[in-house]
Amino acid sequence: MYMYYGITMVFFTVFWVCHIYIYINNMTLFIFYHVSYQNVTPFLCIIIALHSVEYHVLPCDICIINCILLLQVTVRDALNQAMDEELERDERVFLLGEEVAQYDGAYKVSRGLWKKYGDKRIIDTPITEMGFAGIAVGAAMAGLRPICEFMTFNFSMQAIDQVINSAAKTYYMSAGRQSVPIVFRGPNGASAGVAAQHSQCFAAWYGHCPGLKVVSPWSAEDARGLLKSAIRDDNPVVFLENELMYGVPFEMSEESQSKDFLIPIGKAKIERQGNHITVVSHSRMVSLCLDAAAVLAKEGIECEVINMRTIRPLDAEAIETSVMKTNHLITVEGGWPQFGVGGEILARIMEGPAFNYLDAPAVRVTGVDIPMPYAKILEDNSVPQIKDIIFSVKKTLNA
Amino acid sequence: VRFFKNVLMSLLQGCFCLFKNPVKTVILRNIITIYNNDFSILICDLHRLDEGPSVQTVLTREDGLRYYRTMQTMRRMELKADQLYKQKIIRGFCHLYDGQEACAVGIEAGISPTDHLITAYRSHGYTYTRGVSVKEIMAELTGRSGGVAKGKGGSMHMYAKNFYGGNGIVGAQVPLGAGVALACQYQGKNEVCVTLYGDGAANQGQIFESFNMAALWKLPCIFICENNKYGMGTSVERASASTDYYKRGDYIPGLRVDGMDVLSVREATRFAADYCRSGKGPILMELQTYRYHGHSMSDPGVSYRTREEIQEIRSKSDPITMLKDCMISRNMASLEEIKDIDATVRKEIEEAAQFATSDPEPPLEDLCKHIFYNDAPLEVRGTHPWMRLKSIS
Repeated sequence: MYMYYGITMVFFTVFWVCHIYIYINNMTLFIFYHVSYQNVTPFLCIIIALHSVEYHVLPCDICIINCILLLQVTVRDALNQAMDEELERDERVFLLGEEVAQYDGAYKVSRGLWKKYGDKRIIDTPITEMGFAGIAVGAAMAGLRPICEFMTFNFSMQAIDQVINSAAKTYYMSAGRQSVPIVFRGPNGASAGVAAQHSQCFAAWYGHCPGLKVVSPWSAEDARGLLKSAIRDDNPVVFLENELMYGVPFEMSEESQSKDFLIPIGKAKIERQGNHITVVSHSRMVSLCLDAAAVLAKEGIECEVINMRTIRPLDAEAIETSVMKTNHLITVEGGWPQFGVGGEILARIMEGPAFNYLDAPAVRVTGVDIPMPYAKILEDNSVPQIKDIIFSVKKTLNA
Repeated sequence: VRFFKNVLMSLLQGCFCLFKNPVKTVILRNIITIYNNDFSILICDLHRLDEGPSVQTVLTREDGLRYYRTMQTMRRMELKADQLYKQKIIRGFCHLYDGQEACAVGIEAGISPTDHLITAYRSHGYTYTRGVSVKEIMAELTGRSGGVAKGKGGSMHMYAKNFYGGNGIVGAQVPLGAGVALACQYQGKNEVCVTLYGDGAANQGQIFESFNMAALWKLPCIFICENNKYGMGTSVERASASTDYYKRGDYIPGLRVDGMDVLSVREATRFAADYCRSGKGPILMELQTYRYHGHSMSDPGVSYRTREEIQEIRSKSDPITMLKDCMISRNMASLEEIKDIDATVRKEIEEAAQFATSDPEPPLEDLCKHIFYNDAPLEVRGTHPWMRLKSIS
């Protein structure tokens, strides 16, 4: 009995020694297995301890085996892996932004990249968005493939002239002479407790402009595949991430681990099949839609949840096909209601073949039309909640 | 003796100018010495530099004739554009460059075609020096399919190899130029980027942001401020707290150059390019120059300055006349040769204008082309839901 306790103590020492050993020798493996255990380390340590005692195997091997079985990757690490692989694949790709290098990224999305690639490929910029966004666009015009990180898209407003007038419009104005292969990425939309100036959603603003592609991933797989596609795309892509999704783990299929795993820009994905109503969403709101769908399923209402993946070009066809099947539609987004993503989807349904299949008016579930307040109770009620989605679904079905 | 006479004349003219207009800045003129093809050019004002460009330079006959021809072509092209605009064949914006030709020609002479250049909207001259034919420039101004941007860009959006436009937003081209310089440094090909802006743009915040990053990362960028004394209708004294634009780079070394003398500009550009190529980082040049036309075709250009001032510059500091007089007085070219060049240029411009007015407009099919590069065909919404257009790369 006491022997086992003793061994467990020894295990913990050995575990951390191995931990450090792997950290020093193989960053990727360290991140990989560290990643999987981000949220559950204490429990798994105990499991590993017991397993290693039982099987007389080194704790490290158990860790690795457990990794392979679980294969849970957070959105943050999916983005990190995608950037790492693209930086390795093409020498012209480089990352610039505030705190991306030595700080490992303001939200740790670019962790480890500066150590691996150095000052030339991962560049820390001063706090001058208009300047460094313009520099990134100029570098793209001259043959490089920059990834320009905005610490949040709220700060991209300082540089929005460079994104729209210098990046988006140039290929058209030059009649095809000058292309701009650039990716603007960063967290978009509401976070937690960051108040009005740091919580705006820019999907509608950028989605308005021809010449840009606007992408809004939800899951880790979306993040990985879409970021790789965005970096390989020869056009300006605005990549809207979400800070609250960074730490959320998702299961990744084996296929998605391939270095050439790409998700095409412009195609939506049906996350959940259903017959009664189509629920269209993007980014973090997809999680809420799926939760709402699970609750509604218990009452016999089957929602078809569509993850838009791309804001521009919008996959109207996928939405129309679904609406023609279910006859009901709601859209769910975190941004403000007026002139937003939901408004665009509804207008397209009105103008398209799916209108005649609607049995009830299509509605939008959006953020409240106010600047984001700080107090928790107010903030919670400023964005759609699961109960709002459920309420809207039921109202639409009973209309 | 003639040397001293020249010096005395220039000084007297300078004094006379000061006397008449004590407030206005006197445009510095070069003092020419009389030995063969060697020219002395004025010492530049320097900021944070121990020595400036060489004050002696050699001008060969071919170079001289070539600069003359290029400047004359630019001048005639801009005047023709003026004419076409008044006939309403050119629409929208038209910012003319006449008076400033020495800047474009001098800069191009100081760098090589593999170097890069970006400027603002007064860009027809640079489009020409960067290799686009007059025909294509004029056809772009008239919005025809034979234009350098197939009629889709217009006056302010002309592009060529290693020439990044033509940019409409004041000051936005400066970070772009610093970015091109970053690419030069990254790719290690020993190229530099010349980034131009005007006295009006010089107060833009993004320019100082670019200065900071260029100096921090030692980007091979030559920032050039073309100071033509007026930002639209506002004179430099009314717009800038400090009109020493060559010092505005603060920690970036700068030099102020006579922008009406093509040789001064050439030497200064060579100096600046060498500085950048040696890895010392960015450098700033202020070219003191003048535009004869107003800010654009909608500005007569006389409400904020006097006709006398324009006439004075035209008679005393015109870059083309100065070069012509130089070369003729030293027997580097005869008057007949110059007249021949003038006639050839005039003919070329006439043909280009003819092409520009007779070339067809771009076809409607081009409307949605060139939205994305290297992409599958995309459906584009038209003015109403039944108009489904297609975009092909």
